Amino acid sequence: MTSRTTARVAAFAAGAAALAFALAGCSGGSGSTNGAGSSAASKPVSGGNLTFAISSENGCIDPQQVGNNDDIAIARQTVASLTSQDPKTGEIKPWLASSWKVNADASSFTFTLRTGTTYADGTPIDAESVKENFAGIQALGAKATLGSTYLSGLKDVKVIDPQTVEIDFSKPSAQFLQATSTFTLGLVSNASTKLSVADRCAGKFAGSGPFTVKSFTPAQQAVLVKRDGYDWGPSTNSHTGEAYLDSVTFKVVPEASTLTGSLSSGQIDASADVQATDLPQFDGNGFWVRNRTNPGVVYNLYPNAKNPALADEKVRQAISKAIDRSAVTKLLTKWDKPAKSVLSSSTPYWSDQSSLLTQDVSGAKKLLEDDGWKLGSDGVREKGGKKLSFTLVYWQPTSDQLQLVQQELKAVGIELQLKQTTIADATATNDGTQALSWGNLTRADPDVVRTVFSARGTQNNNHRAAEAVDDVLDLQAATTDKAARQKLVDQAAKTLITEAWSIPVFQLSTTIAASDKVHDLKFEASSRLDFYDTWLSK
Amino acid sequence: MLRAAPVKYVARRLLQGVFVLWAAYTLSFLILFTLPGDAATVAAAGGGDASTVDPKLVEQLRHEYGLDQPLWLQYLHALGKALRGDFGSNPQTGQPALHEVTQVLPNTLGLAAAALVLAVVVGFLLAVASTFPRAAWLRQALGALPPLGAAVPVFWIGLLLLQWFSFHLRWFPSLGDEGFRSLVLPAVTLAVPTGAYIAQLLSRSLRLTLGRPYIEQVRAKGAGEARVHFAHALRNAVLPTLTMVGVLIGNLLAGTVVTETVFSRTGVGRLVVQAVGDRDLPVVQVVVVFAALVFVVSSLAVDLVYPLIDRRIVLGRAAATA
Repeated sequence: MTSRTTARVAAFAAGAAALAFALAGCSGGSGSTNGAGSSAASKPVSGGNLTFAISSENGCIDPQQVGNNDDIAIARQTVASLTSQDPKTGEIKPWLASSWKVNADASSFTFTLRTGTTYADGTPIDAESVKENFAGIQALGAKATLGSTYLSGLKDVKVIDPQTVEIDFSKPSAQFLQATSTFTLGLVSNASTKLSVADRCAGKFAGSGPFTVKSFTPAQQAVLVKRDGYDWGPSTNSHTGEAYLDSVTFKVVPEASTLTGSLSSGQIDASADVQATDLPQFDGNGFWVRNRTNPGVVYNLYPNAKNPALADEKVRQAISKAIDRSAVTKLLTKWDKPAKSVLSSSTPYWSDQSSLLTQDVSGAKKLLEDDGWKLGSDGVREKGGKKLSFTLVYWQPTSDQLQLVQQELKAVGIELQLKQTTIADATATNDGTQALSWGNLTRADPDVVRTVFSARGTQNNNHRAAEAVDDVLDLQAATTDKAARQKLVDQAAKTLITEAWSIPVFQLSTTIAASDKVHDLKFEASSRLDFYDTWLSK
Repeated sequence: MLRAAPVKYVARRLLQGVFVLWAAYTLSFLILFTLPGDAATVAAAGGGDASTVDPKLVEQLRHEYGLDQPLWLQYLHALGKALRGDFGSNPQTGQPALHEVTQVLPNTLGLAAAALVLAVVVGFLLAVASTFPRAAWLRQALGALPPLGAAVPVFWIGLLLLQWFSFHLRWFPSLGDEGFRSLVLPAVTLAVPTGAYIAQLLSRSLRLTLGRPYIEQVRAKGAGEARVHFAHALRNAVLPTLTMVGVLIGNLLAGTVVTETVFSRTGVGRLVVQAVGDRDLPVVQVVVVFAALVFVVSSLAVDLVYPLIDRRIVLGRAAATA
């Protein structure tokens, strides 16, 4: 080649590259494709790999340590629990334990384990290993944030015989039975309980569930494979044998539009992290969408009792009255629902308190007016030279909803300044000095109200001194009789709402979007994902 | 070509490099401490949905992580260990920070290298092409591309490429870092701003060089355009671009943050973003020190290459004039 032709080729290549970029710039339309069409949802077939996208991964898939929803989706599949909670009724059913007894004040629990169950390393799931597991969670201490709540007050674990274990608490702990159904108290082998925190996080544990960890690359992907010989599925699932899927590949896709495009182009099969605005495109067209409200404490504002303005019940009530919960919920998906109590409607012992949560703008204004809060020239009320203005620091992806709340409060003369930041920043800022905080807590047991609100608890989100409602919360934790506990939970919820210690806004929900070839990807009672019954059509 | 002076010169530059590394280590340590929250509050929040965490839990974790000690003591302790190659562990997962970074480093290096090669080739071609054609409109059209490439945001380029070549045509995977095909789109994405920058610098200096008297002389001797460009003009025109190589590599590393996120690749860029969010000091420091090292080495390498390209340059002396 002469130098002249070289130059021509070079110039051409440069032009071609430029053209490629220009072409890329022209494409704007989304390549939404039709999936397999209507699915003949009949008999499950075994085999295949399901690729599931999650938007974040924090480097730890140990079920006894995880707290992040995406990591939980991976961890949950690797362990079985003593019990299983029915997603429809909230009832606790047998799983690794075939039966149990609870004493009158819910401070002692005796489980009888079923026989023939083993960990992935071949060792038997017996009473001794239950003891080792609980000791392991206690040893993790602060690193097992959820576990330490569930095992709070644990006094002793007694091995009665290889199949019987008795767990004693120093104080009543009615929540513990439900806790035994969670991934947090899911069981790993004796040897696994003694692994280092790092090794456990890296997935080197031997679990008891229908899947085992084949490989795990933090922030990239986790591959789970089905456990051969697993046959102790709980009655809350639709089969008991091995999982149908050969493997599940969890891929971490942090960018929302990449996730949506990858699902619509068939590069992933399903995800629970599709953005609300992208969900409609998967409602049909070869895909399906399934939504479930997370049980637990709904998204709500927590007023701080130490704030002089918010220590005044009338101000708190005015905030609650100013909010139009249906309007705020319309900014979410079409399946989402406004809060109707402190607890969400999918929580056992929930009851409808929505009559206490209707918007009443004139009522809110009157409360403030009568209380001496006069409108200033800037539209913000003031009293004694103090403005009715609060700052809310939060990290949750709920900015649109909070901005509407901000406008609604503005309408009655309350200024709400919003600042969204990182978890680290928000957690450090909300150290009890802030007027308001914002959050929810997922758990399928009403005791979650005590965890979040009790003045005697460690969270005490209102920073209150103990009052009558704390006695009610303690009492429900010691009550095993269903009707009696229901009464107490209702009473606590009503008090927290009328005194506006809780200002509920909307219920958190989880939404699965999946290709039509994916069947029976389910929610368990805590709205965590369950891949055990899941199968792929050929 | 490297005469006696360079030994002293290189020694001095290496000493400066050590200072840069120390400064990078220290600054990143201090900056992370000025941010609100620490690894203990992050761990206590559990990435979950609790809005308030137990203060006792935070204290306990702080003690476990050694965050309850005075700042200067933490610093000296960490620096002492870092000098022995131990940067500490990721507080959330317990993995050594050095291991976490070296595990994903090959991905980032592969991506950055592919993007650099692509950027250099395309940048050179565009620069030459924009000074080459006789037709003024073509020169101008080609000359307008680099500023365009430098102006559009990287994530937007990435999303467009994905939309067309992955979601629509399905030529390349949208996710992951396995195999060559997964490297193509991210490398192109990352190469665009860097290539545009090279093209801008080079075409400007090429135009200047082509206007100089010695080029007139070469043309007068009857040399063709290609010979003018490749045998005479480029060698001199390339120097200003070479000066910027350190900056370019810095830009490339910064660009991996966005590219790795858009294409769901593991790598140093994404790791450091997560580490800052998690207040994971050890990982942040390993990455910062590594980036500083790359910067020190690449700028030293560039300086050592100068005299090879332009004989008038002698290392370690005040600018020698022609």
